[in-house]
Amino acid sequence: MIITDHAYLRADGRKGIRNHIVVAYLVECAHHVAREIVYPYRERGVHLIGFGGCYPNDYAARMMRSLCTHPNVGGVILLSLGCESFNRASLRDAIAASGRPVETLVIQQKGGTRKTIEEGRRLMETMLATVAQVPRAPLRMDEFIVGTVCGGSDATSGITANPGIGRAFDRLVEQKAACIFEETGELIGCEDIMTARAATPELAGILRASVEKAARYYSVLGHGSFAPGNAEGGLTTIEEKSMGAYAKSGASPISGLLKPGDNPPRGGLYLLDVVPDGEVRFGFPNINDNAEIAELIACGSHVVLFSTGRGSVVGSAISPVIKVCANPETFRRMSEDMDVDAGKILEGRASLDEVGQEILDLALNVARGEPTRSEALGHQEFVLTYKSFEPIGPSCLPGA
Amino acid sequence: MSSRKLLLLDPHDNVLVAIQALRAGDVLDVGGQSVTVPAPLALGHKIAARPILAGEKILKYRVAIGSATRDIAAGEHVHLHNMKSDYIQTYTLESGQTFSTRNDHH
Repeated sequence: MIITDHAYLRADGRKGIRNHIVVAYLVECAHHVAREIVYPYRERGVHLIGFGGCYPNDYAARMMRSLCTHPNVGGVILLSLGCESFNRASLRDAIAASGRPVETLVIQQKGGTRKTIEEGRRLMETMLATVAQVPRAPLRMDEFIVGTVCGGSDATSGITANPGIGRAFDRLVEQKAACIFEETGELIGCEDIMTARAATPELAGILRASVEKAARYYSVLGHGSFAPGNAEGGLTTIEEKSMGAYAKSGASPISGLLKPGDNPPRGGLYLLDVVPDGEVRFGFPNINDNAEIAELIACGSHVVLFSTGRGSVVGSAISPVIKVCANPETFRRMSEDMDVDAGKILEGRASLDEVGQEILDLALNVARGEPTRSEALGHQEFVLTYKSFEPIGPSCLPGA
Repeated sequence: MSSRKLLLLDPHDNVLVAIQALRAGDVLDVGGQSVTVPAPLALGHKIAARPILAGEKILKYRVAIGSATRDIAAGEHVHLHNMKSDYIQTYTLESGQTFSTRNDHH
């Protein structure tokens, strides 16, 4: 099935549903200059991302590379202070090798804040004209990648929005799209039922180990991925929150395990392991929902389905975020921020299958260019912090 | 056993989920027994579908979501005060405040 005839065809063959330019700061010291370059263009598809740390980190380098060469990105301007550790030449080379236009501005070489902003805006005008010329091509269902995350969960999330997303995922996977669910810390308690869906026994062991790793990690930190609002919303334990979160994965067999920056090799359902490998360091794994969204996008997600009960307002840089509201009371209070009213299931106004179909139809329309609520409201949140991962082994992607 | 106000997610479960806000004094049918709601209960919270003994698993979606920390009567609110995780303790603002108060005294 062809979703749209007008996807943006990149020189590396990947196809995007948006045609954004990314301005990426390579240390917090370049953040202000980068933001000032973006500001006049923020409603013209120019997005700000960056890494704040001054010291080298393989995970951050890989995330930045994956994000700057994402199919929704047509060109990149890198912002360096000049003395930070980030390997800007290597990132520039990777972007250039993908065929995308890339410029690097080094603030110390350009002569400071004002001169760099002026130069950045000049380069932006040229890049906007270049990126507007990108050829268009059909996007097939088997090229479409959809991620899912939940944030601001309450006890309605696991009854309405999450199983609704699960139904949409089942239909996408049937039609050979790739679907990614994540947050192994919110699968604690679901090990047995989840591993029973693994494509191979080896993968089952890997899925179980990823959840056990998360349980160990959070035990050392002293608390789980569970915020006070979750308890106010009627959730009591991490296992209970997990069961709700798990429902987003639907019922398809699980084809593989990814880590941030790995792209699904083909259609199917994938678990994204977001908890760092090795000893516990760098603090809490996912400091907020946007850290998880950025990782889903780094795995190639064209669109992210975001389930919320308490009421999140976030969107993201690079890929559109579709907000599926689980709680009918929250929907009435915050309807401007919500794309789908899944809580109507509780009030007998729709069935789970109908909401699943609504989510699927909307995801396809967003791929055809329809803006999501968070896009229309200008949301472009982004965060990237320190983590570390071992590369995945061959058993993580059986048959790849 | 599901009614318009309560949802039994799986026949094996020992808790019911409020699918609308419950008022104090509401009378509910819980497993054929009439139970009066003692205090307001927000949408999404759980009540016991039958008597649950201390140490018994709390079942929701047919999966154990933790254990009872004391005996729970049918119709009683099931939450942080009478159940706990079998994996990792639940962090709440209340427990956080207790921690900082304790530090203040040192």
